[in-house]
Amino acid sequence: MDKTINNKAWFLVLPVFLLVAFSAILPLMTVVNYSMQDTFGNNQFFWNGVGWFKELLDPSTDLGGRFLASLWRNLIFSAAILAIEVPLGIVVALAMPRQGWTVAFTLVVLALPLLIPWNVVGTIWQIFGRPDIGLFGYVLNHIGLDYNYVSNEADAWFTVILMDVWHWTSLVALLCYSGLKSIPDAYYQAAQIDGASRWAVFKAIQLPKMHRVLLIAVLLRFMDSFMIYTEPFVVTGGGPGNSTTFISIELVKIALGQFDLGKAAALSLVYNLIILIVCWVFYTIMTNAGAERRPVEGGA
Amino acid sequence: MARIDLEGLAHSYGNGSDVESYALKPVTMTWRQGGAYALLGPSGCGKTTLLNLISGILTPSHGKILFDGTDITQRSTRERNIAQVFQFPVIYDTMTVGENLAFPLKNRGVPKAEIDKRVAEIARLLDLTPDLNRKATRLTADAKQKISLGRGLVRSDVAAVLFDEPLTVIDPELKWQLRSKLKALHRELDLTMIYVTHDQTEALTFADTVVVMHDGRVVQSGTPAELFDKPAHTFVGYFIGSPGMNILSAEVKGREARIDGHTLTLARSYDALPAGAKIEIGVRPEFVDVAAPGPGLLDANIERVDDLGRIRFARVRVGDVKFAARLPAGFSPSGSAIGLKFNPAYVHVYADSRLVEGA
Repeated sequence: MDKTINNKAWFLVLPVFLLVAFSAILPLMTVVNYSMQDTFGNNQFFWNGVGWFKELLDPSTDLGGRFLASLWRNLIFSAAILAIEVPLGIVVALAMPRQGWTVAFTLVVLALPLLIPWNVVGTIWQIFGRPDIGLFGYVLNHIGLDYNYVSNEADAWFTVILMDVWHWTSLVALLCYSGLKSIPDAYYQAAQIDGASRWAVFKAIQLPKMHRVLLIAVLLRFMDSFMIYTEPFVVTGGGPGNSTTFISIELVKIALGQFDLGKAAALSLVYNLIILIVCWVFYTIMTNAGAERRPVEGGA
Repeated sequence: MARIDLEGLAHSYGNGSDVESYALKPVTMTWRQGGAYALLGPSGCGKTTLLNLISGILTPSHGKILFDGTDITQRSTRERNIAQVFQFPVIYDTMTVGENLAFPLKNRGVPKAEIDKRVAEIARLLDLTPDLNRKATRLTADAKQKISLGRGLVRSDVAAVLFDEPLTVIDPELKWQLRSKLKALHRELDLTMIYVTHDQTEALTFADTVVVMHDGRVVQSGTPAELFDKPAHTFVGYFIGSPGMNILSAEVKGREARIDGHTLTLARSYDALPAGAKIEIGVRPEFVDVAAPGPGLLDANIERVDDLGRIRFARVRVGDVKFAARLPAGFSPSGSAIGLKFNPAYVHVYADSRLVEGA
């Protein structure tokens, strides 16, 4: 029997299409439109072609220079975040209890930082780190460390990274914990019988079984840390100098401070593209890691 | 390689002090070095509990386990030198098949040359040689379970190899092959093997000694022939054999058993039956022949015939009691009225489900 072809079925997809158009496609196209133009306020726009993109990628210009500098800060920040939070999250997950009332207790305590709004986290740490009234800053200075995130670049970075680790390590830990919980007991029993050491159990069973959740954790933490805005904005305002001015902070300065919509639009498109590409690279590497090259047909 | 003794071994998962609630009720028995044992019983009868106690995954709440006379009850699995294969394949994802097989040896610091030799040998026995360098995750469930079996067999010095329904995930044809392979390996490697299963065919073909468990108790341990000819418990009679043993309520006095008003003559005399016990007689369908009604035979009605191919069983009724009997080759009953011919040597008497020896 022939298949019935009913083109009216397309109407069923239409609402979704409209929704996506209004929520994603149209705003994105507006940004693409802005990125090709220059504005002097009063809603007057002038065509600029790919001019902003050229400027953006040329470090000798003001825009290009600021972009490159903030891009480096972002990359270093994300690398530090991943290097700290992923191993730390795994260690925390391994140390978490598997049964009893302590499980619920630990889960709630770990989830607490995740429930706090970004700007509140920023405010907490801004006060916490102050050398005069903040507990953390006061104690550090009291024991003889010259800590001041407002004037010292290294201290500002330290604070911003510590704050992110405090805020988001729980997420990695909870994801890893769910991965660990899904390993059947038989694996641990088999490993005991095979005489595996604690380290061998981790390497042969736990780490491979956490592979998928780790992929999610790395992607989420990369995207989130690469897009970071609120917390450093609240704590350091991008300073001292420009030392903690990340791309997003630069973007807001250009778009809202200078009202250069064209430059800002070009920057956000490139920003978006970088995130997409890096995520794709992570995804490809991590899904292929450990995968065997398929043997040639008939070869095995 | 060791003799394993269980002394009053029992286990309760909860804190219940009532012996009847134990997952494994106290058992005292000996597993010979080099024996092939099957632990047979339905799901939930405690056979996996017993296995996990021997391997040390569980620590018993009561009793002792001795390997060659040494008490190892409190020792961890790693210290016990036991191999165990689980119901579902356990493989190490990141390793190749060869590395999986080598893992138990590597963890125990066996020299590289020795590892390679053992792995090659086990791979050959299990037909895994072509896959040795492949990632284990890429293989089928069958092959993965073969790797699990291989890891269980790769150590030559183990006290015993325990199998916990290892062939559940394997399809029937390969099941036969693997089972005969295990049997061959047993002969070749001289290992003590304990094989847990709920499948009587599997148990009877694999083991020299079958240990039947029921409701947390070891009810009988013996050769397949002993289990068949002389079940020590009505459960054994019912569970082993297809169809199972006929268990009929009866009144037994001396050499006579009365079933629903009909009298049956027994081969032995039962004079001292415990008072107040539930008395039953058990006889396997294989030892009851259907014949034309005649003097000296038990009158019965035939209800239906099950043709199993090489043998036919009739479902018959004596009064209100139903049971199964063998239809001899070439015999076809005329009408539903028939006579039953018992082989008295195989008619057993049970008091409260336990075999009573006649005089």
